[in-house]
Amino acid sequence: MLSSVYKKVDSIVFGLLSPKEVKKMASVKVVTAELYDKEGYPVDGGLMDSRMGVIDPGIRCRTCGQKLKECHGHFGYIELARPIIHVKFNKQILEMLRAFCNECGRILISDEDIENNVKTFEMIEKTRGSEARRRRMKAVLAKLKAVKKCPHCAAKQSNYKLEPPTNFLEGDKKLNPIQIKTRFEKITEKDLEGLGYNPRFAHPSWFILTVLQIPPVTMRPSITLESGERSEDDLTHKLSDIVRINQRLFENINAGAPEIIVEDLWDLLQYHITTYFDNTLTQIPPARHRSGQPLKTLTERIKSKEGRFRYNLAGKRVNFSARTVISPDPEIRFNELGVPYEVAMELTVPERVTDWNKEWLKVFLKNGPLKYPGANYVIRPDGKKKKITPETQDTLLEELDNGYVVERHLIDRDIVIFNRQPSLHRMNIMGHRVKILPYKSFRLNPAVCSPYAADFDGDEMNLHVPQTEEARAEADILMQVQTQIITPKNGTNIIGSLEDSITGNYLLTKSMVMNKEQAVSLLLSIGLEEIPKFKETVTGKEIFSAILPKDFEFISETKEKTPIKVKSGQLIEGHIDEKTIGEEKGELIRSLHSHYGEDVTLKLMADIFRLGIKALAIRGFTTSLSDTDMTADIKAKVNRALSDAKKEAEDLITQYNNKQLEALPSKTLEETLEALILQVLNKVRNKIGDFLSESLSQENPTVIMAKSGARGNMLNIAQMAACVGQQALRGKRIEIGYEGRTLSLFKRGELTPLSKGFIDKGFKQGIDAREYFFHAMTGRDSLMDVALRTPKSGYLYRRLANALQDMKIEYDNTVRDANRMIVQFNYGDDGVDVSRSVNGSIDVKKIIKEVVGK
Amino acid sequence: MVETKNIDYTKHVLTPKHIKMDEKEIEELLSKYNISKKQLPRILREDPAIAEMDLKKGDIIKIIRKSETTKEAIYYRVVID
Repeated sequence: MLSSVYKKVDSIVFGLLSPKEVKKMASVKVVTAELYDKEGYPVDGGLMDSRMGVIDPGIRCRTCGQKLKECHGHFGYIELARPIIHVKFNKQILEMLRAFCNECGRILISDEDIENNVKTFEMIEKTRGSEARRRRMKAVLAKLKAVKKCPHCAAKQSNYKLEPPTNFLEGDKKLNPIQIKTRFEKITEKDLEGLGYNPRFAHPSWFILTVLQIPPVTMRPSITLESGERSEDDLTHKLSDIVRINQRLFENINAGAPEIIVEDLWDLLQYHITTYFDNTLTQIPPARHRSGQPLKTLTERIKSKEGRFRYNLAGKRVNFSARTVISPDPEIRFNELGVPYEVAMELTVPERVTDWNKEWLKVFLKNGPLKYPGANYVIRPDGKKKKITPETQDTLLEELDNGYVVERHLIDRDIVIFNRQPSLHRMNIMGHRVKILPYKSFRLNPAVCSPYAADFDGDEMNLHVPQTEEARAEADILMQVQTQIITPKNGTNIIGSLEDSITGNYLLTKSMVMNKEQAVSLLLSIGLEEIPKFKETVTGKEIFSAILPKDFEFISETKEKTPIKVKSGQLIEGHIDEKTIGEEKGELIRSLHSHYGEDVTLKLMADIFRLGIKALAIRGFTTSLSDTDMTADIKAKVNRALSDAKKEAEDLITQYNNKQLEALPSKTLEETLEALILQVLNKVRNKIGDFLSESLSQENPTVIMAKSGARGNMLNIAQMAACVGQQALRGKRIEIGYEGRTLSLFKRGELTPLSKGFIDKGFKQGIDAREYFFHAMTGRDSLMDVALRTPKSGYLYRRLANALQDMKIEYDNTVRDANRMIVQFNYGDDGVDVSRSVNGSIDVKKIIKEVVGK
Repeated sequence: MVETKNIDYTKHVLTPKHIKMDEKEIEELLSKYNISKKQLPRILREDPAIAEMDLKKGDIIKIIRKSETTKEAIYYRVVID
């Protein structure tokens, strides 16, 4: 497919256009600000002159004779009545003024130094590249600023200043463009080379405009409104201003008008040309439309997010993709994705017609684009793409043969790529199998939320349909969900059970017993095909064991540090919890993964996930306010602990007031007191938490959720039931507010727990106004913290990822960059592949035990 | 301003050991990784850790560091100007 290369680009040179070149390039000399004549045709010598290209269909370009889209336009020019400063070169003009003698026009470097400079520039470019050469040029120019006497004619050099954007001062006197231009014209090529300039491509006198290039009309097309009226592009508007003022300046000069009038017009022309290049300069008011909105001129077209680079060149739009809201569906498989009919009928898969699928594809063709499952296009062997319509349908059906390609609708089991931004790690883009469903959102299993970091509060995700066999194979083999179970971050499983599923499995394996019928129907409901022979009463452990492989061995600990044992696929001791099947902790899942591979693990994970939910539904589960009720004696215990702590804090305060307190190392007395009080108050909340753990029933649903690891912890329960605890701002007790106190109802200098944000009540009891206020303070603080930190850390991560993206581990275990330079001699110093480790290390003893133990 | 005495940075606990390699070791190193000296990480001759050593451009320094993942990690750097 590679067509032959005729010429190879050897180098690119960027340079300025000299007035001569501008005239040579131009096909039109623009002399009038009029655009169209009375009949509506472009005026010759006007800004829309048809020799500068065509923007209307059917008309031919008068320069090259081609039609719209074939001719890409030709430049024109205008002769300026007086020289004008080019704003984009104002800094360079200042540099040049400073670099050359104001008397003799020679460079302020002695002749021998010029020779030396030329040689160093060549040497630097050869050895260290053009960037280094540019830096050297800057350094040379900076040195010339300080030269006060011309080395050639000994003339004294004056001070130059730039008054942005386009005024230059010599001492206190203004220099006009004519004066500057005459000076620059004296500069010799030899002298320029001494500065590192290449006089062929950039002569300083070209920084001052005497002719202005007019861009082709194709670059500034006018729009015809519905009313038939023409609306010109911003650039055309600006150019017509320039041409108009330029003509007036010519006329005034020729008529011998007073110099004041000429000067005013000259300044006006300078303004128009400046804003033509850049309309966002701060020093001058932007040129505006009649409506008052600023014109978009050359610089604004190119730069910033909406500019040519980032919007049109770097920003790419993708075909065969879809985006919509996501929602959960626990019945769908982990590697499946529910796709709405509306999306499936728009996205297509190209399928090549063969003897084996011809009849099958004809069904799609018969259905057409409007009936699912149909097809939208047929591609003939000659490459012609035909849309399927009621008119073309019959002929296409007739001629369909081997070698044709049918673009059929997306169907069940097609592979697609699913993505959620920001794509920070590889699990943010995974391959899924399509499942076409009614309604209008993408459906995914809640268990695959965590790799995408998705939730369902309005998140949207993107879908892409691979269009070639190779792409489909890659998505299938390398990207599918099951290939991503283990995260390369620390070698743990990023996909696992969560929430109700953990609670369900916990209860099932811990305490549930049911009769044979219930057990069988539970296993059937999760789609299990092989049901073991059960006795009349079945324990939850037996039901859970039914989904495990028959030769599975597993020994570990639960979250509560009790042993858990699986022997020959039977759970004989312990129960299932977050530590065995949870996200990023599931030891059982990791064990399954290393023994049976990813496909089996994914299926087992789905089974476990659904078993938990169904088991929980059979048992019934709810949480309520009474979960946090305390018995009278516990209440008394809690109150005693609280008053003890308050007493202890008060004691510390009296000690401090009596100057008996001893300072901790590296702390002042005040800091010591604060630290000790904080310690006391945190201790009491933990103590209350312990009381509650002991007293609350193991059947208490809130406790079950905390113990199984499904949601919440004992601290949360303690906060609800008994004590919210100390509110901390930046790691300290609350200390801001009024002078010497947090709220005006406290005494100045009061240090008691209650006055510094300690909340001694639980959420259920209700907290009083001042406590509520302290709580709101810390709440707002953490909200602000998150809102300010996320974009910062996001950008930090992006910079890190971009800096490291070319790093590669070679076969000799060294880490090298794109230039094959060694960055690290042994990956991670220990050469461990983290995705095959457990939390970054490999437990050799455990492996030996597993291998030998069998 | 803090008074800066003549501190020997090379004696500080946080400064890893820097050792100059001899010709034979260098040859072994380069052939082990199949690289040229240009592909090694660099160290300035005036780097405080090696400033006192008698070195010239192109010498190779062996650095023995403590590592979070292993006890010792060995790095090599080539001296540049």
